[in-house]
Amino acid sequence: MRKIVIGLEVHCEARSLSKVFSTGKNEYSLEPNSNLSVVDLGFPGIMPVINKEALRKALMMSLALNCEVPEKIIFDRKNYFYPDLPKGYQITQMHKPVGINGYLMINVDGVDKRVDIHDIHLEEDTASLDHFGNYSLIDYNRSGIPLMEVVTEPTMNSVNEALGFLEALRKVFLYCEVSEARSDKGQMRCDVNISLMEENAKEFGTKVEIKNINSFNNVKLALEYEIKRQTEILDNGGKIIQETRRFDVDSLTTISMRNKVEAVDYKYFIEPNIPAIKLDKAWIDEIKASIPKLQFERVNIYMKEYGLSRYDANILVKEKENALYFEKCLTYGINPKSVANWINGVIMGHLNKYELGIRDIYVNEKMLVDLIKAVEDSTISVKQGKEVLYKALTEELVPTEIIKQSNMRQITDDDELRTLVIEIINDNKPMVDKYKSGKNILDFFVGQMMKKTKGQANPSKASQMFKEELDKS
Amino acid sequence: MENIQMNIIDIQKKIKLGEVTSDSLFKDSLNKANKYQDKYNCFVTLINTKEQVNNPNSLLNGIPYALKDNISTKGILTTASSNILSDYVPVYDATIYKKLKDSGAVLMGKTVLDELAMGGTGTTGHTGMVKNPWNSECLIGGSSSGSAAAVALGIVPFAIGSDTGDSIRKPAAFGGVVGYKPTYGRVSRYGLFAFASSLDHLGCFARSVEDVAIVMDTIKGHDEKDMTSLPDESVVYLDSINNDIRGRKLFYIKEICDRKRYENINDEELHKTLDNFYSVIDKCKEMGFVVEEVSFDETLLNAIYPTYISISCAEATSNNANLTGILYGPRSDAKKVNDMMFDARTKGFSELIKRRFVLGSYILQKENQEKLFFNSGRIRRMIVDKFNDLFKEYDGLILPASGGIAPKAGSDDLDKLSKRYLLLENHLAIGNFGGFPSITIPSGLVNDMPVAINITGRVKEDVVVLNMAKKIEDVLGCKNMIARGDK
Repeated sequence: MRKIVIGLEVHCEARSLSKVFSTGKNEYSLEPNSNLSVVDLGFPGIMPVINKEALRKALMMSLALNCEVPEKIIFDRKNYFYPDLPKGYQITQMHKPVGINGYLMINVDGVDKRVDIHDIHLEEDTASLDHFGNYSLIDYNRSGIPLMEVVTEPTMNSVNEALGFLEALRKVFLYCEVSEARSDKGQMRCDVNISLMEENAKEFGTKVEIKNINSFNNVKLALEYEIKRQTEILDNGGKIIQETRRFDVDSLTTISMRNKVEAVDYKYFIEPNIPAIKLDKAWIDEIKASIPKLQFERVNIYMKEYGLSRYDANILVKEKENALYFEKCLTYGINPKSVANWINGVIMGHLNKYELGIRDIYVNEKMLVDLIKAVEDSTISVKQGKEVLYKALTEELVPTEIIKQSNMRQITDDDELRTLVIEIINDNKPMVDKYKSGKNILDFFVGQMMKKTKGQANPSKASQMFKEELDKS
Repeated sequence: MENIQMNIIDIQKKIKLGEVTSDSLFKDSLNKANKYQDKYNCFVTLINTKEQVNNPNSLLNGIPYALKDNISTKGILTTASSNILSDYVPVYDATIYKKLKDSGAVLMGKTVLDELAMGGTGTTGHTGMVKNPWNSECLIGGSSSGSAAAVALGIVPFAIGSDTGDSIRKPAAFGGVVGYKPTYGRVSRYGLFAFASSLDHLGCFARSVEDVAIVMDTIKGHDEKDMTSLPDESVVYLDSINNDIRGRKLFYIKEICDRKRYENINDEELHKTLDNFYSVIDKCKEMGFVVEEVSFDETLLNAIYPTYISISCAEATSNNANLTGILYGPRSDAKKVNDMMFDARTKGFSELIKRRFVLGSYILQKENQEKLFFNSGRIRRMIVDKFNDLFKEYDGLILPASGGIAPKAGSDDLDKLSKRYLLLENHLAIGNFGGFPSITIPSGLVNDMPVAINITGRVKEDVVVLNMAKKIEDVLGCKNMIARGDK
């Protein structure tokens, strides 16, 4: 078995009002060339001015990814000619980026894994190109949008780990609110490096880079294809060529773009128009303090301290707002497991059905907890509780009010219940005979009970009583 | 004296008294420009319609001036004297142009430069060479050639130039006018077509230090569009130029201007220029300056030129990579985009520019960076550190701006590895290496052609440099010189 070695370079657009080095608007627009300043077009004489908000977000990501933040950061020019690059160079970070030597903890199939981060840097996005038959159009809206690039060390050893990292990283972007991180808007893109290492080998195999993959699913397909391709070459005694390939979405294969010899020399040098930026310690501390508890840490707390299953914990942390909702519920003194069940059941169902976020719904944390308490102290049944919650969500009502107004209660009084049980048994002689002949139709009697009481009977208690009475006679 | 050829303050007095109007000044300026255009070729574009913001509080209100044609002016052709930008009309204003506009100054023309501000001869502009107003057979130097010549000819009281190695201060010397390159960051570069961003400066030409101070008071200042621009300072240069200089300390560098070093060179102009320099030194001492000779590591001085070439060419290749003929400039009809860019750049640049780009690109290549680019940066740092040390003791460096008068057009270039070239013709780049404020003022005539001295001072101490220059100017008798034209 050969060992798979994967490294990723993930680009993600940062949310900000203006572009990273200009006053052009950073806004997704379908109207081409509408969000522009002269700086974004690279006109002669323009100069970059760093957007402090974009820098703050990049630093936040750097800290969230446990990177070392240097005292001073520097920007560099990456020089190459391409029609999507109006200045003929891209301002990026090479020598002193916003962070180096970090890591991100992920969990893949129940196993914790540390993915080392080589660096994270802030740069400007290029324009986007649309190719038509014999001409191409350039849209400069994207030119100059702040782009954070996270470069990992080659520390992932399976396609699942790579995808797990991408998902986890996306969550960090979302939790820190630095980006919407949507690949359908081209906000998150990725280059992958992959090589295969012979068993017992001491050095990595020859790596192949696949550029500019625009969705996680395509990362998966590209990696799978590439593993297969490289394995076949090696099995047949061939050698892997160090090269840059691209993923072709039509054939679902990777296609060679250029080999090592043709590799571009980007002639990096320090951007002379941006003086080295000294990072104020107080500012860094402030940014650090604003980083929320991240997904990985939350899952661990939910499992260890609240006793949730990984499955439930994962659902809760999928969105930061959901996790915050859950945690707020706990402040009202309630069993975490049951809150998790209610959120992951009825509420998630509702959110998914109507494509809502948890902040969009009428039922707040306190209302949910009150409802759960009503169920737990047996004021109403679980079944009733679910109905109330549905109604509260769809009609925007307070659950406890619904309980009060519909005189909802649960019959838990033993005498009252037993009287009803005997009545039902007497009214259904043929079914009693059936039961006695050995058929397990206890549910039929419970159903009759719920019908008769309009759902107010405690079903488990009723079920037990039916069993007692039927077995007695 | 004609109104347009007077000092700015005197012109202002006349405007206030109603003896002259800004309209007539503009007309006079334009007439002169037209009269001299064929012979000296100062301008790429002349502005035929006067546009002015009235700002009665400004000393520049109503004063005509010229801008070097590598400064972005919205709606006005700006070519950088290059074929690749021969039809480029900018869509935004440079900060310096905006400030001058707001001051009420009146733009009358855009001046010829060496293509893309690279070169020091005034011969490489796409509209032809600029000639020296003192003798049209001579060069004016460059790259701010047209601006220097326009001021020397008395077409305008002041003009704006840019200076990456000596591009204001050398042509000022050859044209007999004052040329000032302020501290790096004192004047915003936003809108200046970049040549080598870490060395580029904007500055000005005038016929007196006082006029330079007036212009500087208008164009200086922090600009949020230029991250390298300095914070505002409260001082008004004009108010400080007459301060007492007694006790100020100047130094000159033995390895650059010691007469003994050039004894065996048969060059009359060189010797006369050095004589002129030492007579200036004597006058400075008489005035109360302390002037001392300082010895400086010659190896470092010899490295100025190659260091300048390495850094400037490297930055220039990158800065001019936007000139592809795609967004603006002559678009090639080649089918593939790479061919289009290749085509536009092949046709759009002259040989000299291409040579510099190739050089810059070579210097930046991965395998050469450490040896050529980073070492150049280290030498630059060493030179600047040494000067900063000297500036702890001295207020300024004084040297001849050149080792001679303006060279004849078509004459053989100086041997670029000769002592005279490496030392006397390249020391002005020290001001660009360190961002030091540096001024050239005329100091006399040699063989009927102007020669000049240069004073360079501490970073951010523009006010001290202007003050010292004004005081020296007062005793040299070379103020307000206007080229006499050909005999």
